[in-house]
Amino acid sequence: MLSILVGVLYTAGVYMLLRRSILKFIIGIIFMSNATNLLVFISAGLVAGKPAFVNGATTNVSQLADPMPQALVLTAIVIGLGMAVFILALKYKYFEVTGTDDLDQLKQTDSQK
Amino acid sequence: MLPMLNLVILYFLFALSIFILPKAIKSQKGILIAFLQMAAFVWFVFKVPLVSANNSELLFLKWIPELGLNFEFLLDGLSLAFALLVTGVGVLVFLYAHSYMKSYDNTAKFFFFLLLFSGAMLGLVLSANLIQLFIFWELTTVLSFFLISFFNEKELARKAAFQSLVITFLGGLSLLAGIIVIGSAVDSYSINDWVAGADKIKSSSSYVPGLILILIGVFTKSAQFPFHFWLPGAMQAPAPVSAYLHSATMVKAGVFLLARLSPALGGTDEWTFIVPLFGVITMLVGSYFAITQTDLKAILAYTTINALGVLVLLLGIDTNLSIKAAVLFLFIHAFYKASLFMIAGFIEKKTGTREINELGGLIKSFPITSAIALLALLSMAGLPPMLGFLGKELIYEAKVQSPGFGSMIFIFGFISNVLMFAVSMKVLFKVFLGKAKKTYTVSRFKNTFFVIGPAILVLISLVIGIAPNLFGKWIIEPATNVIYASPVNVELALWHGFNQVLLLSIATVVLGSMLSYILIKYNRVEVLWQKFNTTVFPVNLPELFTKTIESFVAFSVSKTKILQHGYHRYYILSIIVFTAVLLWVQLFVTKGWQFEIPFTFKPFYISGLVFIIMLATLFSVITRSRIAAILSMGVTGYGMALIFLYYSAVDLAITQILSETLIVVMFMLILQRLPTFTKLSSKATKIRDLIVSIIFGTAMTLVTLKAINVNLSSPISEFFMQNSFQKAFGENVVNVILVDFRALDTLGEATVLVIAAVGVSVLLFSKKSKS
Repeated sequence: MLSILVGVLYTAGVYMLLRRSILKFIIGIIFMSNATNLLVFISAGLVAGKPAFVNGATTNVSQLADPMPQALVLTAIVIGLGMAVFILALKYKYFEVTGTDDLDQLKQTDSQK
Repeated sequence: MLPMLNLVILYFLFALSIFILPKAIKSQKGILIAFLQMAAFVWFVFKVPLVSANNSELLFLKWIPELGLNFEFLLDGLSLAFALLVTGVGVLVFLYAHSYMKSYDNTAKFFFFLLLFSGAMLGLVLSANLIQLFIFWELTTVLSFFLISFFNEKELARKAAFQSLVITFLGGLSLLAGIIVIGSAVDSYSINDWVAGADKIKSSSSYVPGLILILIGVFTKSAQFPFHFWLPGAMQAPAPVSAYLHSATMVKAGVFLLARLSPALGGTDEWTFIVPLFGVITMLVGSYFAITQTDLKAILAYTTINALGVLVLLLGIDTNLSIKAAVLFLFIHAFYKASLFMIAGFIEKKTGTREINELGGLIKSFPITSAIALLALLSMAGLPPMLGFLGKELIYEAKVQSPGFGSMIFIFGFISNVLMFAVSMKVLFKVFLGKAKKTYTVSRFKNTFFVIGPAILVLISLVIGIAPNLFGKWIIEPATNVIYASPVNVELALWHGFNQVLLLSIATVVLGSMLSYILIKYNRVEVLWQKFNTTVFPVNLPELFTKTIESFVAFSVSKTKILQHGYHRYYILSIIVFTAVLLWVQLFVTKGWQFEIPFTFKPFYISGLVFIIMLATLFSVITRSRIAAILSMGVTGYGMALIFLYYSAVDLAITQILSETLIVVMFMLILQRLPTFTKLSSKATKIRDLIVSIIFGTAMTLVTLKAINVNLSSPISEFFMQNSFQKAFGENVVNVILVDFRALDTLGEATVLVIAAVGVSVLLFSKKSKS
């Protein structure tokens, strides 16, 4: 079921990436990053309700959820946030300067203005 | 023995210092450099006695001995002869350039390149290691490019420079390959080792390919057919450059190398067939095209090609007589051609044209210059008492006695000499004698530096022509010995007695006079001849060259245009389609997978959550409202957080909620300033994109399914689990990993965030720039 969700998210992400609107493009990127996080998370195996909390008494560690992919995904989420915010700001500036939301307009270089 | 190296280094240092000369002496830099050249020249003159006793000096410095790369400077008869030419002609050329370049800007640049060139050329002729020689060789090529394109505002000059660069560079590459091929046969790049191992080289299987590669390098540099066409183009250079590079020194580098390698590679059937063949063709081509040119410098360029052909031919014949003739002719040609180029530059300066049809009777305006030109032309025509006569006699003698296909060489040589004679006479009568079309008045003092160079060269030529023996003993003989690798007795005399060769000379003069008389008397003959040439030789080599280059460039431009079309979406599309195809291929290859996890809706609340996320995603894609799109994207994000929460990833859930909130807020902030969605894509593209997306998404689903089944039994997790509390005293293993075990990674991550934040603030709060 979750695998299908990954597929749907990727489908949506790719579709949005291929739109000409830059705003949709950014949404597409966020979908893609969510989908990838989920993929990494799922691939480590799912363990419900047993977070990786340990103390000195814990002995049976193998039954807990694997902390490693969680750490990875956590990093990825944060980086994804940074990227998304930065692209948004870039997009804002771009619109302010060029006055268009159309990616195909990006084809022109400065010299052709 | 260090002076040789120091001398070359001195040239380079001096060249650099040109730019920092004090203002007061800056305008005199031509003369200053001439002094340097003079000093070098004198130094080499003092070496003459040593070398003429058949001694040589070798300077050996280790560089990378493991690879056979060493600095080796060798001073023997051959390199001394060339070094004398480089420095001696150098003195005169710089004096000349001092006057010639006065009226141009950027003279510092010019003298810088020209002096660097002298140094490189000197290094080249003194090199005894072939890799080192190759470096100097390429250096002269590059510098030649800069010098030809000195008038870089002229398109013709740029084109010519580019053409000569490409051709000589290709030749240089071929030369390097050849050196390596042959060098591997004797396992050394030192010329001495090559000469010592000559038999080994000649019998090895790499001899023929190596020889051909080296010869290509030689032929491009020395403008041999079919590479000769870059030389007339190179006449776009300022006159001192033409006189120095393209007649006296650089184009002789190929000849030098040929002479240098002659004891190592020469004497075989291949050598005595290939080398003279190209020499003869070049000789004929040069003299044949020289006669129909009307541009003074073009005439000189073609006669230079002729002379280079003669030199190559003589070295190829490879008898002691022919080599003697080659060395002598090398000097003869340098003497008269350098002076003629300088005079041509002078004439162009004073009259504003190089077209010989527009010139005439210059002897009235410039008596001294014309007298010098007369002597130089006599030398070129091969008439007594000039040195040229001596050379021509010797060449005839060498040709008559040449083995192999001697009779052919002899006939072609005769034709070429007749043509050369006619060209000389044509220039003499059309430009200097005859009716003056205009008179030019020039003050005499200013011309001293213009005239001094050619005058000295011509005088040397005259003096040696009359009394050649000392010159022959001291300079020609040692050089010949080196090339021929055995002692040769050189005795030169102006008068050889009444023999077959003299008869030939007389015949040459008679025929040549007739030809030049016809050309001068009837202008129509020349025009008809030019027309004939253009119809008989329809292929214009320079044009062919340009077209080849252009079509090559056009080809890559058209290919680039297809790939770099500038539409961002199609770049992404191609990347995704490619990835999807790869994924599907991989899935197909491993289709025997067993999916162990059965499809299940349990637990039902997760299934419900997933369903909600899907709906939100779809809605976000299809909605026309921006706010709706962003909000439903937010729903997706929060849904993800819940999934994380359920599957034991508390920290992930918290982070996801925070970042999702931030993103949505950020979107909303910016949204008010952005336009609403407009309909940009047509239905067809939407469907196409949809299909691509679904294909990709399906592939990803399958990959995910597979990923669950792959058992990532990562022992590192166990390590973290066990040590988290004991060593790091943290209960939350994920947190401990981030801030303790992998703290540096987290630091990097924080840095990324800071950079992003700085970028955002710069982008958002900077003032609106003018658009």
